[in-house]
Amino acid sequence: MDFLTTLLQVAISPTTIAFALAAIGLNIHFGYTGLMNMGQAGFMLVGGYGFGISVAQGLGFWPALLISMLATTLFAILLGIPTLKLRGDYLAIVTISAAEIFRMIGKMAMLQNVTGGPTGLPGREFRTAFTGLSPLPDGQTTILGLTYLNNGIDDWWTRLAGGFLVILFIFITWLLIRSPWGRVLKGIREDEDAVRSLGKSAYSYKMQALIIGGIMGGFGGIFLSLPGSLHPDAMGRPTTFNLWIIVLLGGAATVFGPVLGALIFFITRILIITAANAFIPDSMLGAQQTEQFAWLLIGLALIFLVVFRPQGILGDKKELSFNV
Amino acid sequence: MNLISISTAKRTKSVGIWLALATLLALLTGVFSVHPAHAAENCVPDSETACVEGIIRTSDKEPAAGVELSLNGPSGEATTLSGEDGRWSFPVNVPGSYEVTLNVETLPEGQFISQTDVRQIEVDLGKKGAALFPLTADESAAAEAGGEVVSTSKGSNQFSWPRFWQQFVSGIRMGLLIALASVGLSLVFGTTGISNFSQGEMVSFGGLLAATFMTLIGNLIVAGILAILAAALFGYFQDVLMWKPLRKRGLSLMQLMIVSIGLSIFMQFTFQFFYGGGVVSVGAPRPETVEFWGITLTTYSVFAMIVSIVAIGAVGYALMYTRFGRATRAISDNPPLAKASGINVDKVIRIVWIVGSGLAGLAGVFFALIFNGITWFTGGQMLLLFFAAVTLGGLGTAFGAFVGSMIIGLVVEMTNIWLPGDLKFATALFILILILLVRPQGLFGRKERIG
Repeated sequence: MDFLTTLLQVAISPTTIAFALAAIGLNIHFGYTGLMNMGQAGFMLVGGYGFGISVAQGLGFWPALLISMLATTLFAILLGIPTLKLRGDYLAIVTISAAEIFRMIGKMAMLQNVTGGPTGLPGREFRTAFTGLSPLPDGQTTILGLTYLNNGIDDWWTRLAGGFLVILFIFITWLLIRSPWGRVLKGIREDEDAVRSLGKSAYSYKMQALIIGGIMGGFGGIFLSLPGSLHPDAMGRPTTFNLWIIVLLGGAATVFGPVLGALIFFITRILIITAANAFIPDSMLGAQQTEQFAWLLIGLALIFLVVFRPQGILGDKKELSFNV
Repeated sequence: MNLISISTAKRTKSVGIWLALATLLALLTGVFSVHPAHAAENCVPDSETACVEGIIRTSDKEPAAGVELSLNGPSGEATTLSGEDGRWSFPVNVPGSYEVTLNVETLPEGQFISQTDVRQIEVDLGKKGAALFPLTADESAAAEAGGEVVSTSKGSNQFSWPRFWQQFVSGIRMGLLIALASVGLSLVFGTTGISNFSQGEMVSFGGLLAATFMTLIGNLIVAGILAILAAALFGYFQDVLMWKPLRKRGLSLMQLMIVSIGLSIFMQFTFQFFYGGGVVSVGAPRPETVEFWGITLTTYSVFAMIVSIVAIGAVGYALMYTRFGRATRAISDNPPLAKASGINVDKVIRIVWIVGSGLAGLAGVFFALIFNGITWFTGGQMLLLFFAAVTLGGLGTAFGAFVGSMIIGLVVEMTNIWLPGDLKFATALFILILILLVRPQGLFGRKERIG
C-alpha cells in the first residue's frame, strides 16, 4: 500500500505535471510538425523566468503570465527566423545553443538582483501570486494517503491547477490537430515541398507550431519552479533530453502520448531507484550512485527506444517521421 | 556579493585539483564517498550546515597558507587559518549575514590586501558563501583601498595590452583543443551525416582514462598515449557494434542523432559512476611555467599546442594528399558515387571513427593537463563549442572545422577581457546563431548542402 502511495505521489507531483506540459509542447514541435527542437528546456526557462521575474518585480499574476507567454513567443520567433528555412539538424543545434545561452545568462552573477544569479530565484519571491488565486481553504487535506497543504509550498492547488492545464493542453492539441491547420502541420512533416506547392507557407506554419509548443513549454517551466525555486540548472540539457524520452516513449504524434510518457518515465525512475535501494546493498551502490545508475539506464532506454520502437507505446510508425 | 560569485566561478577549476586528489584517493582506496579526514577539514554544506569559505592566493596565484581569518555572525565567533592550499572555511549552522575579517598581520611577506580586509557574506543552510580577499604585491594600490566594501571586480575586466596578448594566446590554445575534437566531429558528419552528440564524451573519456593510466603507470607520456589508443579503440568498437549495424538497419539521421544523445547520457553517467562528480587531475598540481614576450604559459600548454598543431597538420595532410584522404572527401561529396567507383565506404567510415575518437581522446588529455583536471562533464560542456566550430566553418568540411575552431577558441578566451567570465561560452554560441542567420552554410560550406 505504501508503495502504491509512492507511485501516486510521483504521478501527481508538480515535476511530473511540468514535464507533461512541456512534453505536450514538444510533441507539437516534433510529433506533428517534425521540428527537431533540442532546446525545449530553454523555452521552459524563458517561461519560468518571464513569470518569476515579473512577479518578483511587483507585477500581478495575470500580467506576469502574459509577459511569460510573450517572452516564450519572442524566443520562438528569434529561434525560428534563422533556422526554420534550414535543414532539421540546424534547428537542433541552434535551439540547444540558445537554451544554453539563456541558462548561462540566467546564471550570470551580474544579474544577481534580477535572476538570482547562480543560486536561482527562490520560490517565495513569486509563488504567492499563484497561491493567492487558490479557491481552496487554507489547511491540509489527505487524499488516498497523500497529505499536502492546500495552499503553500508543494501544495494541492499547484497539483490541481497543473492537472487542469494538462487536460486543457491535451484538449487544445486535439482540437488543433483535427483542424485544417493541423493537417497542414502534418503535411509539412510528411512532405514540406508538397505543402509548399499547394500554396501554403510552410515557414509560417512551422513558426506558429514552434510558438504554440514553446508557450506550452513555458508553462512547464513555471510549474517546475513553483514548488521549489527557479534555478537555471534545473532546466538544462538533461531536461530537454528527458522530454525527448518522454515524447518518444509515450508516442510522438499522439494526443495522449506525452502525458503517458511522463507518467511512465517518472514512475519507472522511482521504481528503479526504490528497487536498487531495496535489493542492492549500499556498499555496492550508494544513494548517489543509484541516481547515476538510473540516469545511465535512461541513456540506454533512449537508444533502444529510438532504434527498436521509435513510435513509442501509443504511436503509429507511419505517423512518425525523422526527416532530415 | 557580485565580485565574490564571479571570482569563485573562475577559481573553481583550481580548487578542483584538490577535490580531484581527494577523489583519486577515494577511488584508490575503494571508498566512493568523501574521505573522512577531508570532511573534517573541508566544510560540506547540508540541510543543517552552511559554509562560509574561500581561498587566499598571493598576487602570483600561489596559495597563501597560515593566514588568520575571523568570523562574526549569528552563529557566534570563530577563527581559523588558511590551509596549505590557501583554502579556509567556517561551517555555520545559522543562516544569515556573516562578517569575515582577515588579519593583515598574518599575510605572507610582501603581500597586501588589494581591496578590503572585511567582507559581508550571506549564507543559507545547505549553501556555500564565498569571500575572496584578492592580494597584491603593490603596496600603493593596497593603500587607497581603505575599508570600503568593493562590489565590482576591479582589474579583471580592465583592458590592457599584456592581458590582451595573454588571452589571445589562450584563445589559440583553446582553438587548437577545440579543433582536435571537432575535426573528428566534422569528418564523421561529412562521411555519415551523423551529428554526433557523444563526441564531447570522447573528450572526457580520453582525459579520465589518462588520469587512471597516470595513477597506474606514473609516466605522463605513456599514460597519454595509452588513453589516446583506448579512445581510438573505443571509436572502432562504437562503429563495429553500433553505428554500422544501425546504418545497415536504415535508421534515419535524426534517429542516429538521438541515439548519439542517448550514448552521451549513458557515457556521462558511467564516468560519474566510476570517477565521481569531482575533478580528476592528470598532471602535476602546479606545473612549471614558461614566460616569453610577457605571456605566461604552463609547459603543459606549450607541449599541448605543439602536439595539436602537428596532429591537425598530419590529418590535414592525410586528407589532402593520401588515397585514404581522397576517399574520405569523395564519400563526403557523394557516397553512392564513391561506392560505385570502388571505394570501400564502410572501411573509410571505420577509419574516420577511429581517427576522430583518437583525436578527441587526445583533446581530452590536453584539457585535463591545461585546465588542471577533467570532470565527467567537461566534454559535455565543450560539446556545443565543437558544434559551433563545425557549423561556423561549414558542416562536413575538415578545413572549415579547423578555422571555425580557431575563431571559436579566440572568441571564448578574448571575450573574457570585456565580458564577465560566466558568459564566455555564451558568446561563442551566440556567434554560431548569428552566422546561421547570415551564412547558414558556414564560412567554407557549399550552399547546396542545406536543404
